[in-house]
Amino acid sequence: MATITIDGKSYQADASQNLLQTALQLGFDLPYFCWHPAMGSVGACRQCAVRQFRDDDDTTGMIVMACMVPVSDGLRISIDDPEAKEFRKGVVEWLMTNHPHDCAVCDEGGECHLQDMTVMAGHSKRRYRFQKRTHRNQYLGPFINHEMNRCIQCYRCVRFYKDYAGGRDLDVFSSRNRVYFGRHEEGVLENPFSGNLVEVCPTGVFTDKPFKAQPTRKWDLSTAASICPHCSLGCNTIVGERYGKFRRVLNRYHHDLNGYFLCDRGRFGSAFVNSDKRSRQPQWRENGQTVSLDKQTITDLLATEILDGKKVIGIGSPRASMEANYALRTLVGEDAFFNGLSENDAAISKQIISIYQHTHIASLRDAAESDAVFVLGEDLTNTAPRLALALRQAVRNTPLEDADKLKIPRWHARAVADVIQHRHGPLHLASIAATQLDDIATSRHLAAPADLARIGFAIAHELDSDAPAVANLTSEQAAYAKQVAHDLRQAKRPLVVAGSSLGSVALVQAAGQITKALKQNEARISLIVAEANTLGVALLGDKSISSAIQEKADTIIVLENNIFRRSTDHLINRMLKSANCVITIDHLENATTQQAHASLPAATFTEASGTSINNEGRAQRSFQVVLASDPVQASWRWLRDLMVAANKQQTGAWETLDDVLASLVTEFPKLAKLSEVAPNSKWRQSSQKVARASRRSGGRTAILATVHEPKPPSDPDAPLSFTMEGNPASSSTALNNRYWSPGWNSVQALNQYQQEIGGPLRGGDPGICLFEKKRRQQRVVY
Amino acid sequence: METPLTEHIRPGHPSPDLAAYQKLGGYQALRRALTEMTPTEVIEAVKDSNLRGRGGAGFPAGLKWSLVPSGDDAPRQRYLVCNADEMEPGTFKDRYLIEGNPHQLLEGIMLAAYAIKADTAYIFLRAEYTCSERTLREAIAELFAENLLGDNILGSNYNLNIHLHTSAGRYICGEETALLNALEGKRAVPRAKPPFPPQVGLWGQPTIVQNVETLCCVPHIINHGADWFKGLSKTNNSGTKIYGVSGRVKRPGLWELPLGTTLREIIEEHAGGMLDGYKFRGVIPGGASTDFLVEEHLDLPLDYETVAAAGSRLGTGTMIVLDDRTCPIAMVHNLETFFARESCGWCTPCRDGLPWIEKTLSAIEEGRGVASDIDLLHQHSRMLGPGRTFCAFAPGAVEPLQSALKYFADDFEQHISEKRCPYKHLQS
Repeated sequence: MATITIDGKSYQADASQNLLQTALQLGFDLPYFCWHPAMGSVGACRQCAVRQFRDDDDTTGMIVMACMVPVSDGLRISIDDPEAKEFRKGVVEWLMTNHPHDCAVCDEGGECHLQDMTVMAGHSKRRYRFQKRTHRNQYLGPFINHEMNRCIQCYRCVRFYKDYAGGRDLDVFSSRNRVYFGRHEEGVLENPFSGNLVEVCPTGVFTDKPFKAQPTRKWDLSTAASICPHCSLGCNTIVGERYGKFRRVLNRYHHDLNGYFLCDRGRFGSAFVNSDKRSRQPQWRENGQTVSLDKQTITDLLATEILDGKKVIGIGSPRASMEANYALRTLVGEDAFFNGLSENDAAISKQIISIYQHTHIASLRDAAESDAVFVLGEDLTNTAPRLALALRQAVRNTPLEDADKLKIPRWHARAVADVIQHRHGPLHLASIAATQLDDIATSRHLAAPADLARIGFAIAHELDSDAPAVANLTSEQAAYAKQVAHDLRQAKRPLVVAGSSLGSVALVQAAGQITKALKQNEARISLIVAEANTLGVALLGDKSISSAIQEKADTIIVLENNIFRRSTDHLINRMLKSANCVITIDHLENATTQQAHASLPAATFTEASGTSINNEGRAQRSFQVVLASDPVQASWRWLRDLMVAANKQQTGAWETLDDVLASLVTEFPKLAKLSEVAPNSKWRQSSQKVARASRRSGGRTAILATVHEPKPPSDPDAPLSFTMEGNPASSSTALNNRYWSPGWNSVQALNQYQQEIGGPLRGGDPGICLFEKKRRQQRVVY
Repeated sequence: METPLTEHIRPGHPSPDLAAYQKLGGYQALRRALTEMTPTEVIEAVKDSNLRGRGGAGFPAGLKWSLVPSGDDAPRQRYLVCNADEMEPGTFKDRYLIEGNPHQLLEGIMLAAYAIKADTAYIFLRAEYTCSERTLREAIAELFAENLLGDNILGSNYNLNIHLHTSAGRYICGEETALLNALEGKRAVPRAKPPFPPQVGLWGQPTIVQNVETLCCVPHIINHGADWFKGLSKTNNSGTKIYGVSGRVKRPGLWELPLGTTLREIIEEHAGGMLDGYKFRGVIPGGASTDFLVEEHLDLPLDYETVAAAGSRLGTGTMIVLDDRTCPIAMVHNLETFFARESCGWCTPCRDGLPWIEKTLSAIEEGRGVASDIDLLHQHSRMLGPGRTFCAFAPGAVEPLQSALKYFADDFEQHISEKRCPYKHLQS
């Protein structure tokens, strides 16, 4: 720690940080553009000027850029200095010389960092009387809208896209006041993390194109904390709604998981919830006829199919919540519950759960901090994209040590880049085909899954002779195993990555063996499964679809699962045809729902709250933001209704999500922590619920909130209101649904929500790890 | 008066080839260094000579070389880069040295590379210098043919390769770190400093970047010693300097003169004074990015400290003279147009401030100026000053502006109040 003086007052500060980050952390409103907490300082925008004094006797000092000044003991600066203020105002004035003066119709308006900084720096009167420089915009694909005239040349977009995410098709062209940020020619942005440009860009150059299709101001959105349903990593998101429709996904910072960035599948992959093809009515098929029935009729009808005496089996789902899967398990009973995973996935999940009992599990942050990585089998860009992005950071760690030796602070991104150049630390990829991480790989080894597993076991044996040896390795395989083992052994924080995508239990076993053979305390494993709640459903039951196929059932209930993906068409068809009644609960039509006698319309992740367990065994709660329109309802409510109708459960037993969870944890003491993952529906923030709608709602939205409107809908499942009545979630990070603080209307307000910038959230990061976690000292990752 | 750098340069005649250069005593310094001196001794000799960088900043060369990390754990790969990206308006001294006597430069490069134990050297040459390119290519080929470059030079176990790189042509490439980025194939944007190139330079390795004229001094320092070199100067700066004059003088040109020669001597004696009918109004002494000096400064010796004390910089020592019939605002506008165009676009003040200056000066010159423009220009020359921008480009760019505002304030006022350029009728 260091003692620094800002405008005559003393503060304690972290000497490993730069002055800008420190000042922001201390709560000073110091404007900036080019600095980004995850990408460090480059000194381009010159916005964060302050006056620095040499010592106590120095009264003149000099103007410096706070982002480029390392914090040191005795540092004396002034933020209020008139000349520094004049300069900061001047920088915005320069940036505004060419910027359109049309905030009112700009898509970024209201959540624009440039607006905030303009107000903060005090520029209010235009003196520039010459023509503005203009640019042509480019078509960048269906996700990102491009409006180059708004550009203030902070270089953040290319620093993220090229330097951080390894993209090759966005760059800066030309020079002087004509610098142009775009592609060499129009076309779809190729990098799978392009959506982050929307949040990285401090103004309206890169905006969310699907969101722009029906423009909405930030303050007219209702938002809720959500968990991305698109892979097993469980990245935290903020989901926005307006007029009953899902509108967009924003990153929700989680220090141990996604940090500042999401992948494009997570950000843009949820438009299906608004799809016209959604099932919105319960349907009954008989003799080739399909009829829509109301909720009561179909429930009563189906009750007869699940009465005692009938053989009813339930097939769960790795994409349905813990609560929904548990409700199904309750309805059919333990013996008749199948987890809905393929045979391989079930076996792999079981293997993973067993490995997790004795190894250190890597979070995404651990992965980004590792200094040697071996990926066994997974094509991460496809199966766990955010982890691929973390590995792009991991390969910087070894060369970064050279910068440390030269005493160049890690936040000093320009200087660090000059030191590390294009060097990468060890990243060994063993896969069945080329991957999008190949460009940073130390080695690539292509082989069939079984051979990959053999290589894995050979590496484990290289590391620890107690691990079984592998016979009949070719000399090439043996040499490769030696090389990987060597790099893993040399590392301080080695990481082994594997997963279920190749359907090989042996691969996962091999990865477990390697991790076990590594002697370092910080050796970790990251195991990827297919879906958002694969591990969760595996914890509720270990019988897979293959066991279900053996059963002879009268009634089959399929929960949020297209089971044709889990086994062969022939076997699934045979099973479905042999039952008298097939009931599906899902939100989109699929091959399975088409074979059902009854399909019940389920709420999506935007319309129902629920808990899921990610690939590390981290339980997290996702909250509903859209009001499901009757008769669409959460899957667990359909199952409850069926149980009540069939007299299998008393009316009122399960009114809320809390009730389901209470039953669940009673039955599964090992999952007791699930009920602590997020506050329950009775929880209050300063005696009020947390408001989904923003308090700053615009006129059009406020019309809906006037007193003569009908009573607003209430949410029995969460301590959240559907209106602007309520408080911000200041004491529960699991509920936090927006970033805002006075003067900070853009996503950059996040700085105010962290214990230290780039560090854990104030109040701790949400979610609970069900398996052992050893935490290291917190460190900011660049 | 000794003129070691230009002694063997005969404009209009071919430059000495390797044989001729050696006959004139060329590569004696290299032989001496490789056989009798350790690299450290070469650095010490250059340090003792007090040789300062001739590219504009005047940083002591020997001191710079000694900043290259030494010792067992120091990076083994180092680079010597010769900055021949001479793009400063009004400056053409390096071209004269390269085309007049290429082996003198190459010997300097070899000595400097030996001193810092670099086995690879680059010459970063201005794009438009096609004659220089030809000259250097031939000279380098001669050296390789004679085993004066390559492996085991003169049986000394010292290996050196020199690569000639022709720039794609941006003024900012003359800034040493932008040069390094350009050489690496990256955008020519300056780097953050610290770390400085002697620590983290080309491809992240210790690198010395040195101007052509500076390197040309080195063989002579090794041959004749530090004291001799110090004695060449009229003041306590060492050596000679190539001074140049352009503008409305009788004999524009270049002269190698003792460092510390006065402005008056250079302009009145060597350049032959002003053309008939023109009066001296002012001069930017060291290329476009230095402050104007005026009549009162004519008797100042042009060395680093004296010019700095007078509020300008020696820069490249090649001056542009302003006469009484040329509009100073038009001249400054011309310069600022150049600077606004050559900004790399990295930092805000430079990228967006210089075009504003340029447009404002253009408006004033064309009679569209308003009274507040003067304050605006003053504010800009202050806000584009040192420390406020990422590199020294913009502070240099506003030097002629800020001094013009000081020395030619009446001209600015007159343009604005009369809504026209009062010099227009004098031009024809």
